[in-house]
Amino acid sequence: MTVTPTPDPTDTVAVVAPGRRLNSATRGIFPRRLNWFYVPALVLFAVFSIYPLISGVSLSLTNWNGYSRSRAFVGFDNYLRLLDDEVFRTAMVNTLIYGVGSTLIQQVLGLGLAVVLDRIARGSSLLRAVIYLPVMVSPVVLGTMYYLIFRYNNGALNDVRALFGGEQVAWLADAGVGIAVIVIVNSLQFVGISMVIYLAGLQGVPTEYYEAAQLDGATWWQRFRSITVPLLQPAFATSIVLNLIGGLKLFDVVQVLTGGGPGQSTHSVSTLIGETYFSNQAAGYSAAIGVVLFVLIVAVTFVLNSLLNRKRVEL
Amino acid sequence: MKNAATPSKALIYAGLGFIALLQLLPFYFGLTTASKPKTDLSSPWVFPGEIHWANFQTAMQQGHILQAIGNSALVTVVSTVLVCVLGAFTAYPLARRITRGNQLVYACIISLIMIPPLSVLVPLYTLMKDLGGLNTHWGIIVLMVTGNLPLAVFLYTAFMRSLPVSIEEAATVDGAGPLQMLFRIVFPMLRPVTATVAILAGVGIWNEFALSTYFLRTDETRTIAPAVAGFFASQGSNPGAAAAASLLSVVPVLLAYLFLQRSFIKGMVAGSLK
Repeated sequence: MTVTPTPDPTDTVAVVAPGRRLNSATRGIFPRRLNWFYVPALVLFAVFSIYPLISGVSLSLTNWNGYSRSRAFVGFDNYLRLLDDEVFRTAMVNTLIYGVGSTLIQQVLGLGLAVVLDRIARGSSLLRAVIYLPVMVSPVVLGTMYYLIFRYNNGALNDVRALFGGEQVAWLADAGVGIAVIVIVNSLQFVGISMVIYLAGLQGVPTEYYEAAQLDGATWWQRFRSITVPLLQPAFATSIVLNLIGGLKLFDVVQVLTGGGPGQSTHSVSTLIGETYFSNQAAGYSAAIGVVLFVLIVAVTFVLNSLLNRKRVEL
Repeated sequence: MKNAATPSKALIYAGLGFIALLQLLPFYFGLTTASKPKTDLSSPWVFPGEIHWANFQTAMQQGHILQAIGNSALVTVVSTVLVCVLGAFTAYPLARRITRGNQLVYACIISLIMIPPLSVLVPLYTLMKDLGGLNTHWGIIVLMVTGNLPLAVFLYTAFMRSLPVSIEEAATVDGAGPLQMLFRIVFPMLRPVTATVAILAGVGIWNEFALSTYFLRTDETRTIAPAVAGFFASQGSNPGAAAAASLLSVVPVLLAYLFLQRSFIKGMVAGSLK
């Protein structure tokens, strides 16, 4: 996951504060020619975002190999082929595991960390900074270093096993373990984001609520369940959207740790797109997978945003 | 009035300490591995008696890591400045002229945040090839600016709407045109949000891998993430050098994080919450 914040594209109306609409008084100060200011950006988006999206759809309907001058229109053949493609199905399932798995771990761990960090005074900011640190580091770099833990020869994990008389294990040669490792590495790298989102949410919970509950004899767990969790609703929404979308786009960690292997068993949809295009020279097919990924992300964003009806946490 | 069900302080610190150590562990193994010669087969848990600097030399000479850091610095600085300037310019009319048309433009720009970079790999690569932008810095800069601009526009627009209009009204009375107003009045007020935008875009661009790994394939142009990944892949038998390359590439970010830690975390969170 890369840190890609996801504002809700559906709630533009909410952003427009009432009473700030253009009226006759402000019209003079902000003349129409002000709109010229956004024209350069629109040109940039038209050429490098919108055009590729459209051209991607049209390429996905061809059998282009990526370099030849000839390409034939094949209709929806590429999409039909996807339905029977074992490798694509695996990548799709993996992508969901990466997305959902990381999201779960990050919420549980991130909320746990936030709750305890909120309760201690000493060393809180140092611990927070350390736990947050990997967010700043490139997933490529972190993946390289995690490789030192999971590799066969001299791997840190195998050395611990050897200490207890266990045998050396080729961890990343197993698809299941590879997938689990990718989820764990991605979760640990970005758990800091969930943590600070929940910390910000916790700071917004009035202490009087806890005091009142304590007077009524509520246990710690009761207070947590009936005060903290409901009041953290907006933080849950923000963190879940952010983590899930990030996990579904996962590319870097997979590429560095397993390269999609062993076989093709740990690919995410993103890494599969790169491999299909450059290694298998199936550009049209790769473009079709790209369209599917785009539709998946858009669909998940809209569903999540309407499901979670997210509000904002104030920092 | 201590509650029996409350986790004790000692337990809390033990748990937090464990997670914090877990987060530092990969860096520790990176450090021990990078400091040992290839022939030293001791466990990465063991710290070497003396530091073996040759790995760092290999990383710089064969991995072109210093060049990659220079390339990343260039790409990151230019892209980030462009994102801030274009972001502010684009947001201004969207924040101040709230018409139907502009609301539509705004909604379209914000929707672009959803596009996963890899989903348009084929058409984008083809387009860049036609424009002659493969293996060039301007090519990757254009892609980084396009990718980071929607979020910048979102943050700038929200911030500008929170600014009072009265100052701009006064400036108009004094005869300031739109450009003058933007440069003299509005830009100076944008400092806090510019810090957020610059941190978000800067860190993202410095670490970017998904597109740059395909668009930059020469040693002369490669940025740090694809350079480390490429070197790592080619050094299967020499993890020490690969670890050294990783460590070198982290130094600039770590230094920035060390000095600007508070604003970094705040900026990243602000960007994700808005």
